[in-house]
Amino acid sequence: MGIADSASRGRELLRDQPIVLVATVVVAALVLDLVRRVLAGDVTTSNVVVLVWRGVVNGLVIGLAGIGLSMTYSILNFANFAHGDYITSGAFAGWATTWVIAGLGAADLGSLLLVGAGGNVFSSDLGTSIVTTPGAILAGLLISGVGAVVLALVIDRLVYRPLRGEDGITLLIASIGVAFALRYLLVFVFTTGVRSVAVTPPSFRFSILGVGMGFGYHEVTLLVCALALMAAVHLLLQRTKLGKAMRAMSDNEDLARITGIPTERVIRWTWILGAGLAGVAGYLLILESGTIAYNRGWILLLFIFAAVIMGGIGSVYGAILGGLIIGLTDTLSQVWLPSEFTQAAAFALMILILLYRPEGLFAGRTTA
Amino acid sequence: MSGASGSDASAGTTIREALDNDAVLVLGLLLAIYVGFYLLGATLGFQSNGIANSLRRVTFLTAVYAMVVLALNLQWGYTGLFNIGVAGFMAVGVYTMAMATAAPDARVPGLGLPLWVGVVLGMLAAALVGLIAALPALRLRADYLAITTIAFSEIIRFTYLSSTFQSFTVAGTQLGTGGGSGIGIAHTPDDVVIALLIENPIGAVLYAPIENLLTGWGIVPNVVRGWVYAVALLVGVLAFYWLLSRIAHSPFGRVLKAIREDEDVAQALGKDTRAFKIKAFMVGCALMGLVGILWQGSLGFVNPNSFLPQVTFFIWIALIIGGAGSNTGSVLGGALFAGLLFEGPRYVANVVDQSFQLGSAPSTIAGGVGPLFAGDPIPLVAYTLANIAPLRLVLVGVVLIVLMHRRPEGLLGHRKETAASIDLGRPTRDGSASAGADSIPVGDRDTGGEGR
Amino acid sequence: MSDATESGPTEASSDVRGAAADAGTAEARTGAAAVDDPILRVEGLHKSFGGITAVDGASFAIDRGVLTGLIGPNGAGKSTTFNLITGFHQPDDGSVYLDGDDITGHRPHEIANRGLVRTFQIARELSEMSVLENMMLAPQRQAGEALWRSVTPGVRGDVRADEAELLDRVWEMLESFDIDHLAEEHAGNLSGGQRKLLELARALMTDPDILLLDEPFAGVNPSLEDRLLDHVHDLRAQGYTFLLVEHDIDLIMNNCERVIVLHQGKILADGTPADIRADERVIDAYLGGDV
Repeated sequence: MGIADSASRGRELLRDQPIVLVATVVVAALVLDLVRRVLAGDVTTSNVVVLVWRGVVNGLVIGLAGIGLSMTYSILNFANFAHGDYITSGAFAGWATTWVIAGLGAADLGSLLLVGAGGNVFSSDLGTSIVTTPGAILAGLLISGVGAVVLALVIDRLVYRPLRGEDGITLLIASIGVAFALRYLLVFVFTTGVRSVAVTPPSFRFSILGVGMGFGYHEVTLLVCALALMAAVHLLLQRTKLGKAMRAMSDNEDLARITGIPTERVIRWTWILGAGLAGVAGYLLILESGTIAYNRGWILLLFIFAAVIMGGIGSVYGAILGGLIIGLTDTLSQVWLPSEFTQAAAFALMILILLYRPEGLFAGRTTA
Repeated sequence: MSGASGSDASAGTTIREALDNDAVLVLGLLLAIYVGFYLLGATLGFQSNGIANSLRRVTFLTAVYAMVVLALNLQWGYTGLFNIGVAGFMAVGVYTMAMATAAPDARVPGLGLPLWVGVVLGMLAAALVGLIAALPALRLRADYLAITTIAFSEIIRFTYLSSTFQSFTVAGTQLGTGGGSGIGIAHTPDDVVIALLIENPIGAVLYAPIENLLTGWGIVPNVVRGWVYAVALLVGVLAFYWLLSRIAHSPFGRVLKAIREDEDVAQALGKDTRAFKIKAFMVGCALMGLVGILWQGSLGFVNPNSFLPQVTFFIWIALIIGGAGSNTGSVLGGALFAGLLFEGPRYVANVVDQSFQLGSAPSTIAGGVGPLFAGDPIPLVAYTLANIAPLRLVLVGVVLIVLMHRRPEGLLGHRKETAASIDLGRPTRDGSASAGADSIPVGDRDTGGEGR
Repeated sequence: MSDATESGPTEASSDVRGAAADAGTAEARTGAAAVDDPILRVEGLHKSFGGITAVDGASFAIDRGVLTGLIGPNGAGKSTTFNLITGFHQPDDGSVYLDGDDITGHRPHEIANRGLVRTFQIARELSEMSVLENMMLAPQRQAGEALWRSVTPGVRGDVRADEAELLDRVWEMLESFDIDHLAEEHAGNLSGGQRKLLELARALMTDPDILLLDEPFAGVNPSLEDRLLDHVHDLRAQGYTFLLVEHDIDLIMNNCERVIVLHQGKILADGTPADIRADERVIDAYLGGDV
């Protein structure tokens, strides 16, 4: 596709979809206003850098988790309201592992497995961080993914497989049941207390062109892991037969059945991939924030839906980009709105997308 | 519910038929729950005040759940609008009422208006917010509408939580939402209703002996008064049922059902489906606002935490249990949810804990599992009883899943609640009386139509 | 053909078609060709979906009281044309006139309110509702469709009275279609043929001026087909106008007074069945099919 083609397609897009034009204008206006504020000194450059960085970090978590939600939405045809709790479950599994490894011998097994419930052991006692206990962290990362996968497969077998082919609303309601059951089992076992699980190593600071910046080790870990995983997913979808099958199924399941792609296998791998990413995203989320609680995934769920819808259901790259957009909206809108409304801004953005471009920003592209 | 044939259906048939079957059903269920609670408590020596208070809570929750589920049923069961922002609309109703009735010199000032004005304003506000949500969103397909309504509900909650609106001035009057600390309610509905019922000459006379009897059994006066409100709310349920039955059994209700089934067909038959959807949505939201007032409003104080999405999901679960599309199912679902899933486990835990004196529960599950391996299950049981609240919700989740597997239409969802204001049996003609609709009438085919 | 006969109480029931006037002119118009007062006129309709042009400049006029058939090979644009006329799709270009009024791009319910009623290709009976409810739904502008009227105590009595009248008409209509024994069944329990009958009966309850039937005979067994055809002819004699889309060419040729052939979104031919039979282009379009 040459430049001329792209240009004419772009023009067509702007003409057929006036909303894209409006959105472009609005974004341009906001960027210009931001530049103006920086120049006027209302907002310092390092503020902007911090906001952008935080937005990217949050957005990567949302995007990573969103890949799974997007795939299950398009391949299994329902909105999985339990996805947030897969994230939390993976996180708990991973952090229990990390604590056990880091604290073995130093504290009793029960408290370690329960990630400090009961208030006997604290993260400061264990000193868990990527710098001091990298092995424990890596093990936790691995287990968080594996744990979430096992959970998702079991739940699919018990809850969703008997309902295969039912309409989306039935499955959605079942997923709400799963969400409740899972979340409150976590509460029963781990209690509701918010607690610190990791110690934050001092960030490395430097300045470029007189602009001071600081990046935390855990934030960077998140960035590296997320990017690595996204690259792996990309390779999977583009280079492997399984990836092709997933892309085909997500576009049209009947077609996939006719051409002989074994759909139960694809469904299984969808859960494996989706839940695995969700679990790891949960682990990374907790690593970066330092604290864990039973509803961290649930709180994030609406943002993940926003990212997935924005990117287009079924589009992996859309989920990633949607996540970044939502993350950046959440942080950058602080420039214009009081901080208590930034979440509302992200939600409002999602509602607008649903109303005027429900197929998402990256519709019309093939899935991956 | 096919009743007698012929068009002699009088104005009260809807309610009367209902009272024949459904009232028995609902009252029977309530009675069964009461008896169950009482037996469990009595046999295990739970004091009568505790039993009475628990039953009061069950009655109160049954009533409020039944009312809000009836309202939601209008939107989902009849019109097919998947609204999971119910909590938001309830919040608008009660917050508006609170802001309208708060005294101008209270901690969170308001307009100082009387309660009934506050109620009307609350319902109007909820309907208006419903309109704003509905206008763009009603054309969305069900799952997108679901996501939109929950996002909307959260935006509403953020607004009430925000410090921006914690206190503000409009046209010279100070108002506020109280932000995270919430807002107090000047005249709570329960106080007003109770006062209305027992402080008038006749009411006082009727109430005095009842109060004496119950306090004689060891029940605290406050609980007795609480019962008055709970029973009054049951009457409220009847009122809601009457209203929604009328709506359902009418040409209007017929169009709603058609919209849920197949909106294109309704349009092809000349129905302005958008207008119908908006009306149904707004009425539902107004009713939800009213329930918010009757429910959270009666607690004397309201803050944004009372309106988390969780509340909406509980209401949905009650709706699904009872069966979408059936008004009686809505009431049954409310009773079952409130009695068995919500209050029940907590009551059982209390009773068992009290009667078996299990000692203090361990603070973590590890404290219960360890002894279990050594052969002592008591600590684990104690822990479970102390933490019955989350287990209750696990149960709720499991029930939902099982329902979707076994009986997605709910308990009464398969019922045909005919959408017409009259009985639709074959009308009797002059001369030839026809019995049921399944017999071919004799002697009616002399003229026209299909002579072949 | 039988004259417009009456069954049941005389009132503005849909059995009697506004008249003598129509009946007279209907007999006068036996052929196709442009007429001074068509009930439906379509001019230059265009519709594209993405890169595909479904309807490409279609123009034709439908005369009152005439049975017109719309045929064409698969993908010719018949269903899209239907949807454009009835408001289910918005035309990119062109106009639709009903009885002289411009209804282009109006919403489906507005068009139905003006007397242009359509049925659907796959019978869309409202399956969870009974046959009676389906029928009671159809008549337009029912007073009880206003929310307040249905609820307010005194006024509700009037609604009930209206419903009783309506019920009479419904039963008559069901009887005339011989499906009255199914009245209390869920529409979803009906057989395919019974659904077609219901679909037609329901459409008639709206008291239409012109009926657009989308493949009403698809998947219908021969005896039922005859029954349906008899109904259609009866109704035409009473003054109703029909535009039928059908795949069964024989059926159209044998029953319709006028036939319009669509091919690749354009009108290929427009005339009497005899004209169409003789038209080379039509035969080519169907690739040697027996026209």
